[in-house]
Amino acid sequence: MVSDKPRIVKVLNVRDESKTVRSLIFEDDICSKARPGQFVMVWIPGVDEIPMSISMTKANGLAGFTVRKVGEASSALFDMEAGSLLGVRGPYGRHFTPIIGDVMIVGAGTGLAPLMPLSEILTQNLSSIHMIIGGKTIDEFVFVDRARAILSKTKSEIIITTEDGSYGTKGLATDAMEPILKEGHIDKIYTCGPELMIKKVLEIAQVFSVPIQASLERIMKCGIGICGSCCIGRYRVCKDGPVFDSPKLEEIIGELGLFKRDHSGRATII
Amino acid sequence: MQEPDLSIEISSLKMESPLMLASGILGTSIELLRRVFEDGAGAVVTKSIGYEQRMGYDNPTIVEVYGGYLNAIGLSNPGIKEFYKELSRSKIDDLPLVVSLFGAESSEFSEMISILNELEVKAYELNISCPHVKGFGVEVCQDAKLVEDIIEAVKKETQKPVFVKLSPNLTDIVNAAKLAEDVGADAITVTNTFKAMSIDIETCRPILANKIGGLSGPVIKPIAVRCVYEIYQNVDIPIIGCGGVVDWQDAIEFFLVGATAIQIGTGIAYKGLSVFEKIKQGIKDYLTLKGKSSLRDIVGLAHGF
Repeated sequence: MVSDKPRIVKVLNVRDESKTVRSLIFEDDICSKARPGQFVMVWIPGVDEIPMSISMTKANGLAGFTVRKVGEASSALFDMEAGSLLGVRGPYGRHFTPIIGDVMIVGAGTGLAPLMPLSEILTQNLSSIHMIIGGKTIDEFVFVDRARAILSKTKSEIIITTEDGSYGTKGLATDAMEPILKEGHIDKIYTCGPELMIKKVLEIAQVFSVPIQASLERIMKCGIGICGSCCIGRYRVCKDGPVFDSPKLEEIIGELGLFKRDHSGRATII
Repeated sequence: MQEPDLSIEISSLKMESPLMLASGILGTSIELLRRVFEDGAGAVVTKSIGYEQRMGYDNPTIVEVYGGYLNAIGLSNPGIKEFYKELSRSKIDDLPLVVSLFGAESSEFSEMISILNELEVKAYELNISCPHVKGFGVEVCQDAKLVEDIIEAVKKETQKPVFVKLSPNLTDIVNAAKLAEDVGADAITVTNTFKAMSIDIETCRPILANKIGGLSGPVIKPIAVRCVYEIYQNVDIPIIGCGGVVDWQDAIEFFLVGATAIQIGTGIAYKGLSVFEKIKQGIKDYLTLKGKSSLRDIVGLAHGF
């Protein structure tokens, strides 16, 4: 059985999430069983192959990922239509471990993608979620309606923050953490988004002694833990991550939000 | 009974275990290389470094095929000066670190070594056998005069052991090994990957962005074993076997045909980083069962038949 080879799938549906963000939904039994936080290597024939977080899984064999149009590969994905062919291999990597209890989720932008299926499981577990969604400005938000629908199933809340104050509370997503952590007990914090935000989440969580799980991103080539392109400290984001627990995050805090490696393996400032 | 002795020496490189990390795998970060060493590798070989920075090929750079993997990473590397900084970031004197180098001519190799000379690098491996980058790999290996120049230039620049990694894509790998020995190589690493392709039949196109890549994994092991066997009959310097080692049985085969050490790369894709400890234990159990006190006692035994 050969598993690390792209399986060709047809895009069934393309959903606009914002002006620059779209979700692509396809049929693939294996991906539909992905755990929240896992990713797939998506092959766009003739263009590139890039890692994408699974943002949606359905019991009927459907799965989806969500892409923001930034570079060549993501723009090619963004421009795909129903009927386009893609290759997928995976899902790969360590996933979030949903708990039962009071949790906090801090996300921003397309970093929310893996946090959506996570929230679905958390609310099925009857966990209460304090979800903080941050952004620079009102135009950037994705998944807010979907999050509201998921969170309506339990005693949960959504807090929106924007840097310019155009939506929700003015400030950073991490500014909204402290009041909640001071008010009541939080069992676990889940986060995904810009690395500086993740670093701040980790620092605040340390102050309140709350364990966290964060999903990280690096340039990936193989996706299966052998090429080393995605290394951060002594870890491989593709195999030891992309979801990391507090102890490992504390170990790599010297790199977190500071530098990453380019395609040549050279360390560059983030 | 005492545990069998797995320690080996290749020139001045002393290893507690004969299992090395093959070049190209996890080898651009010093922290990752150290982790592989801590996970049981006797020595670790870096990703091949060239004089200039290279971004490598676009993805897909790897694809699984039946019995192995095909890759065309494209010798991506940060360039020698940047890699010098990488190696200088932490103490490496306790690390059995082998630096793999590639280049198109002898002056590039000697310049790279002069940059690394002051560091505690334990040995060098010359990658003159990459199957998928024009001008830097197999083409070098095919040019006897160039191979001679490169090895001589490198030996002039360093006292440290120099391994030469050969390509199975050559018509006569034995002659290439003899030549390397004649001009002063301290060991031969056989083999690099095999030129190969994989096509997606749905979209009718090659899967790798570079179209052609190098094949590794269990599917190439019998060929690599044959290469070691033939070279062992013709050269006296140590041979480092490389090609498709996933289990301890694979490793034993290589020792029996004459390998002093073996390298593991693709095996990590199948078994994870615990592959080193698992194979090490398997070798110890085998030696105990066979009543051998040292790994050295079985090297080359297959030649008695």
